[in-house]
Amino acid sequence: MTRQQKEIIIKGLFAIVAFVSVMILTLIVVFLFREGIPIFREVGLSDFLFGREWYPTYDPPSYGIWPLIIGSFIVTIFACLIAVPLGILSAVYISEIAPPAVREIMKSIIELLAGLPSVVLGFFGMVIVAPWLQETFDLPTGLNIVNASVILALMAVPTISSISEDAIYAVPQEFKEASYALGATKFETIVRVIMPAAFSGISTAVILGMARAIGETMVVLMVAGGAASIPESIFDSVRPMPASIAAEMGEAPFGSGHYHALFATGIVLFFLTLVFNLIADYISHKFKEVGSATL
Amino acid sequence: MKGTVGFQAASRAIQQSSPDEMKRKLPRGSLRWRYLKQQIFFTVVRLSALIISLSLGGLILYITVQGLPAINWDFLTLPPTDSMTKGGIMPAILGTLYLTIGAIAVALPLGVASAVYLAEYAKQGRFIRLVRIGINCLAGVPSVVFGLFGLGFFVVFLQFGSCILSGALTLGVLILPTIIGASEEALKAVPQTFREASLALGVSKWRTIYKIVLPLALPGILTGSILGIGRAAGETAPIMFTAAAFFTAKLPSSIFDEVMALPYHIYVLATAGTQIELTRPLQFGTVLVLVGVVLGIDLVAIVIRSNMRRRKRW
Amino acid sequence: MDDNHIIELNGVNFFYGDFMAISDVTMAFEKNRVTALIGPSGCGKSTLLRLLNRMNDLITGTRIEGEILFDGKDIYAPEVDPVDVRRRIGMVFQKPNPFPKSIFNNITYAPKLAGITGRSDLEYLVEESLKQAVLWDEVKDILDRSAMTLSGGQQQRLCIARALAMKPDVLLMDEPTSALDPISTAKIEELIGELEKNLAIIIVTHNMQQAARVSSKTGFLYLGRLIEYNVTEKIFTNPDMKQTEDYITGRFG
Repeated sequence: MTRQQKEIIIKGLFAIVAFVSVMILTLIVVFLFREGIPIFREVGLSDFLFGREWYPTYDPPSYGIWPLIIGSFIVTIFACLIAVPLGILSAVYISEIAPPAVREIMKSIIELLAGLPSVVLGFFGMVIVAPWLQETFDLPTGLNIVNASVILALMAVPTISSISEDAIYAVPQEFKEASYALGATKFETIVRVIMPAAFSGISTAVILGMARAIGETMVVLMVAGGAASIPESIFDSVRPMPASIAAEMGEAPFGSGHYHALFATGIVLFFLTLVFNLIADYISHKFKEVGSATL
Repeated sequence: MKGTVGFQAASRAIQQSSPDEMKRKLPRGSLRWRYLKQQIFFTVVRLSALIISLSLGGLILYITVQGLPAINWDFLTLPPTDSMTKGGIMPAILGTLYLTIGAIAVALPLGVASAVYLAEYAKQGRFIRLVRIGINCLAGVPSVVFGLFGLGFFVVFLQFGSCILSGALTLGVLILPTIIGASEEALKAVPQTFREASLALGVSKWRTIYKIVLPLALPGILTGSILGIGRAAGETAPIMFTAAAFFTAKLPSSIFDEVMALPYHIYVLATAGTQIELTRPLQFGTVLVLVGVVLGIDLVAIVIRSNMRRRKRW
Repeated sequence: MDDNHIIELNGVNFFYGDFMAISDVTMAFEKNRVTALIGPSGCGKSTLLRLLNRMNDLITGTRIEGEILFDGKDIYAPEVDPVDVRRRIGMVFQKPNPFPKSIFNNITYAPKLAGITGRSDLEYLVEESLKQAVLWDEVKDILDRSAMTLSGGQQQRLCIARALAMKPDVLLMDEPTSALDPISTAKIEELIGELEKNLAIIIVTHNMQQAARVSSKTGFLYLGRLIEYNVTEKIFTNPDMKQTEDYITGRFG
């Protein structure tokens, strides 16, 4: 065998493996649809998405996931209200303000927070946050929107912080020098030059943080309370989509309408996160083109 | 805040000495107010960093204090007894070990080889960019969706049933995009000049990759992979319907057996047990073991990376 | 301090960590004059320039000895705020570095921070600064467009206008034309001649013809020392020091 033939074979082997990986990842979409689509023989798409009643085990069952979608969005939005400022400001701290030694420690803290298993954070929400909420606000249960949002925020902070930090780090030194040379203070330079220049990167960070929060399962399963109805107060329980899937899949008989409905819920979740990710990719890619062409 | 009075006084004196000069001077707005704003902003920023640090620190401290009393030799080496109200968590530790090793055995070779193809061999065109976006997006897909896929594909379609094999494969697929992404980044970080130098010496492309590129990219690949392992060990949702058992007294004898796993065990004890309050110490003990395992794995990755950065010479 | 002097350096030493980048420099810069600093790469001329508006403060691990008097006051005195210094000593960098904002907002950036808020005041300031920088006619209709769309030469003149909008007493220029084509360079040199009437300009350049064309005094630096400082004509025709002569005649490594 000549060296050239050997090279071609090796390249072919790598190509096959890469192809297998891509195939496996494609299969995810295929099987989600394979198991999810059959539900639409029982219920129309708009009834499924916007139906206000999720009683999958009743007879006759009703498969409306609107309360689950609302639940997902509510906890995600409230989580972001906490996580976005915390994440962005901590990124500013790490990249512009902290002394070098503290910077490294802070980066490790963010990374370890990202590494905490979600079941552990959910557990923490159950045993610490829930009783505290219940007592402080005199509630029937501490497992509610507020609790889920606080814990989800802790999960989204590392994503937002680390991606924002990359974006701030990428702002050219020349901008900062120009600002300082014009007699701006550090605060003015951060707020008026660095943050605007890093804006698209920070937006990407926020979107990916939201994607993280909306898809997170164990936290909402353990601390959101599980009520599949549209909430009226921030102390109400909700049942976000991932919680519903995780809680009910064990009991849904294989091949039943309930089983397919849960897969279809998975499809909705998949597309939601896909859209978030595509937007993030678009923003960061666009930013890169502009950046290299003009700086 | 720094005092600026002396300097301003000096400049004022000079301005007063020549009225013409003064006209073309800007009003020197109050620096004190600008510094006050800066002070407030910095305080808020530091406070955010403090809140995050205290959350993590407080959480770990709390778990350690509550969990440590539960941990002893028996806890780590015995199976649960008395309807999981007593005994240890040995089957769960073992189960998590099997699942994690299985996942990494699947994802590491596939992921690294795919990354080598994408970074070194593939023609960088529109199609490869699409593949990359796809992989990137899959890295962000919720883990419960991977669980659904594992259920639909490995458990039902391939008829493996709920077992170690299905769970490990599902976790492997879950961390595959992460490993491909991290490995590709590490490969790309190797400067082009090293490849050119090797190729110019008449060394073949594969040997250049094998002898030059991969060794230089190895620390980066390792870091990404270890973080992947940490993630696999801590995940619950993907194994809930593909591998994890509520309770098994006996240890698995083959890869087609169900297993207990640490994350799932925590979930079960905390939510579904008959005596949730009574088993709190066991729950805290299990949480501490899981956190120790996962953060330990992550710390290894962090240490490898910081060593790598310090040694990097290009 | 001589009334004609705007900045005086007395025995200035400067260190990056243990490395002594500037050693024992004593010199004075005059009002309404262009002073050029020349010397081979790494001689410390840019470092010296950045000492004058305390830009080197931004680099950690640096240290300065001696004093730099601006209007008779040591700008490194503990009670002096670098922000205040930089508001009166403007700077133009080697690479044009406009902000990714509109032309208008680039110019008003510093005045707004200094407390000028009236729209008409700002508009007047923009027009005045752009005219001073001989850029007004080219951009008066596109003030809302991003500064990034301008050519390199225009960007650099915008940066000069931006610095002038602060009405500085001194303008520091760090190789302002090294990234530009010959036509843009000529425009900026012409501009320097105009600006000289209103303020002191200190320009670092590695282009000796440029130094000869625009400056009235020239300092030659080598290995962090001020070798010779004199009237430009004298430096270029009859320097006192052998090293200066070697450098300007190109017999220098």
